[in-house]
Amino acid sequence: MSSDPATNVPALRCSQLRKSYGKVIAVDGIDLEIPRGSSFGLLGPNGAGKTTTVEMFIGLQRQDAGELEVLGQRWGQGSDDAMRARLGVQLQETQLADKLTVEETVRLFRSFYTRGMDAAEAVAAVELTDKRSARVNSLSGGQKQRLALAVALVGDPDVLFLDEPTTGLDPQARRMIWDLLDGMRSRGRTIFLTTHYMDEAERLCERVAIVDHGRVIAEGSPEELVRSLDADQVVELHVRDLLDEDKLTAVPGVRSVKRRDHVYRLRVAELAQTLPGLLATLQEEQVDIQSLSTHEPTLEDVFVGLTGRGLRDG
Amino acid sequence: MAEPKRKHPLLELTKARMLEFVREPEALFWVFAFPVLLALALGVAFRERPEQRPHIAVLEGDDGVGLVDPLSSSHAVDVSVMPEPEARRALRTGKVDAIVRLQKPGGVAKEGVTFIYDASRPEGRAGKTTAEDALQRALGRPDVAAVEEETVTQPGARYIDFLIPGLIGLNLMGSGMWGLGFTVVQARNRKLLKRLAATPMKRWHYLLSFMLSRLFFLVLEVGALVAFGWLVFGVRVTGSWLGLALVSVLGGITFAGLGLLVAARPRSVEVVSGWMNFVMLPMWLMSGSFFSYERFPAAMHPFIRALPLTALNDALRAIMNDGLPLWAVWQPVAVMAAWAVVSFVAALKLFRWQ
Repeated sequence: MSSDPATNVPALRCSQLRKSYGKVIAVDGIDLEIPRGSSFGLLGPNGAGKTTTVEMFIGLQRQDAGELEVLGQRWGQGSDDAMRARLGVQLQETQLADKLTVEETVRLFRSFYTRGMDAAEAVAAVELTDKRSARVNSLSGGQKQRLALAVALVGDPDVLFLDEPTTGLDPQARRMIWDLLDGMRSRGRTIFLTTHYMDEAERLCERVAIVDHGRVIAEGSPEELVRSLDADQVVELHVRDLLDEDKLTAVPGVRSVKRRDHVYRLRVAELAQTLPGLLATLQEEQVDIQSLSTHEPTLEDVFVGLTGRGLRDG
Repeated sequence: MAEPKRKHPLLELTKARMLEFVREPEALFWVFAFPVLLALALGVAFRERPEQRPHIAVLEGDDGVGLVDPLSSSHAVDVSVMPEPEARRALRTGKVDAIVRLQKPGGVAKEGVTFIYDASRPEGRAGKTTAEDALQRALGRPDVAAVEEETVTQPGARYIDFLIPGLIGLNLMGSGMWGLGFTVVQARNRKLLKRLAATPMKRWHYLLSFMLSRLFFLVLEVGALVAFGWLVFGVRVTGSWLGLALVSVLGGITFAGLGLLVAARPRSVEVVSGWMNFVMLPMWLMSGSFFSYERFPAAMHPFIRALPLTALNDALRAIMNDGLPLWAVWQPVAVMAAWAVVSFVAALKLFRWQ
C-alpha cells in the first residue's frame, strides 16, 4: 500500500503532547503509538481532548509541547502538502456544500489528490451510487456522513481519521457505517477514530485509549481493558432510596461497588454464586428495587470503574 | 498502473463555485434582474420629457381684460384661469410655475402686472421670464437684435446615460463583495474551510477560483446592463469596447479582493453582513452612482475619488459617455489597482481557515 521504505515506522506517534486554549487544558501529555494497518480508537466523553488530538495529527493545530509524527514526518518541515496527501479526514460538524451533488463533491475533493480512486468508485464504496446526482442538502444524516467518508477515502489515504463518525445517527445508519469501516480495515489502511460510544470502539478498534481530561487513563485492546476489570459480570441495580454501600460490598463475591445517582454498579466474580446473597441482603434492607440487570463487562464499565462517571456524562 | 482521470483542482474549484452560484435563484435575481429593473425604473422616472412650456395662472376676474390673450397667443406659455386661493395652492405644489396679477383690480395689463413665483425654483424663474417676455411683446415692445436659435441634445448627456455606467459600477461592487464574502464566511461557519485545509489543496487555488468564477459572471452582468441600456434607452458606448472590458475586469477584481478582505476573518454571516454594509454604504452614497459627487463639498472630493467605486464609475463614464481612450483614465485605474493589490495581500495574510 505504502511506498515508504521505512515500513517499521509507526503510522502515528506522539509523546507528551500538550495543547491549551487560554486557561483550558485540552490535551495534557498524551503518548500514543499506532502501528500501520491497525485500527485505533480514542474513547472518552465530550471535552476529553479527542478532537484536539485529531486536529494536531492532521496538521490543523500545532501542539504547545511534545512531539508528533505522521508516517514518520512532522508538520511544518516543508512537506505538509505531501503529508496531507496521504491522510483521509472526516471531521466532526463539517457540512459540505449544500448546492453541489454527491458526485460533484467527491470529484472536487478528488482533484486535490494526485493519486486516488475514481469519484464514482468512492461513491460506490460508501453505497451512495443511487444518490450520486442528489444535492447534498437533500441527503439524510447517515447519507451525509457516508459522503464525508467517501470524500475522506477518495485520495486513497494511508491513514484515515474519523472524528466521531456516527454521532447523532440512528442505529441503522450507525450499523451501515460500521460495516463500511469494517471493509476498509480489511484493506490494510490505518484507521484512527474518536468516539464516545463504547460499542463503536469495541466493534471497530483493535486498540483503544481511554482519555479523560486530556490524559490517557487506560490503553489496550478492548478485551484487555475489560479483563482488567477483574469481573465476569456487572450487576446494575437501580433503587429508589440510597442504601449503605458497605452492605453491598459485604455480599460474598462482590469485587467493587460504584454509584451514580440511584444506580449501583457491582463488579462480581461469579454471578450464580453472588446473586442469591445480593438478593437476600436487599430484602433484609427492605430496598425498593426499580430494576436489576446483569451484563458482560464493557468499555463503559471500564470507564466508570476508572472515573466514577459515565462516558456520556461529559 | 493507469491513474484515474482527474481535472485540475483550479478548474474543479471554479466549476463548483459557478454551480453553487447558479443554483441560488435569489443570487441570480440580485445580480442580474435587480440592476436591470433599477435601470428601468430610474430610466422611466427621469426620462427626457418633450419640451415643457411654463404654466402660468391668471386670477379669476383678471381674465378677458387683455391678459390671457396676449399670453396665450405667444404659444410660449400655457395659461389657466383660477381663483386666487387655488392659484396659490397650485403654485405651492408646483402645478403652476408663476401667477400673474393685474396691479389695478379691474384695470388693464399696460397699467402694470405683478408676477408671483418662487425665485428659488428654476421653473419659477423661467416661467416668470417667459411670461413677461410674451406679455411685453404682445403689448408692443420691439425686439432690438435679431436672434436665431440652435437647439441640440448632446448624446450621452441624459440622466440614463449617466446612470447606466453608475449601475454597472454598483453592481460590480455588490456582486463582487457579496458573492465572495457570503460564500467564504458560510464555508468557514460550516467548517468546510477547515475540511479543505486538511486536504493537499493549494490554498491560493481556492481563493483564485473565486476570482475566475467572478470574471465569468462579470461578462454576463456588464453585458446585461449595457445591452439593456442600449436596447431600451439607446445608451451608447462611445469609447472602445476593449477599454470598457478592461475597466470592468479591473473593477471586478478590485471588489473581489475587497470582499475577500472583509470575509477574511468573520465566523458568522451576520458579522460579515454588517462589515459589508459598513464598507459599501459610503460608496453607495458618495461614489456618484446615482448623482454626481460634485454635489458634495469640494474639500471631500479627494477622499471620494480615492474610493474604489468612484474610480470605477469615473473610468466607466469616461469610456462609455465621453469616449475617452483607456490611457486617459489612468488615474482611476491606478486607484483601483492599488485597492486590488492591497486588499488581496492583506486578505491572504489575515485569512482564517478555521
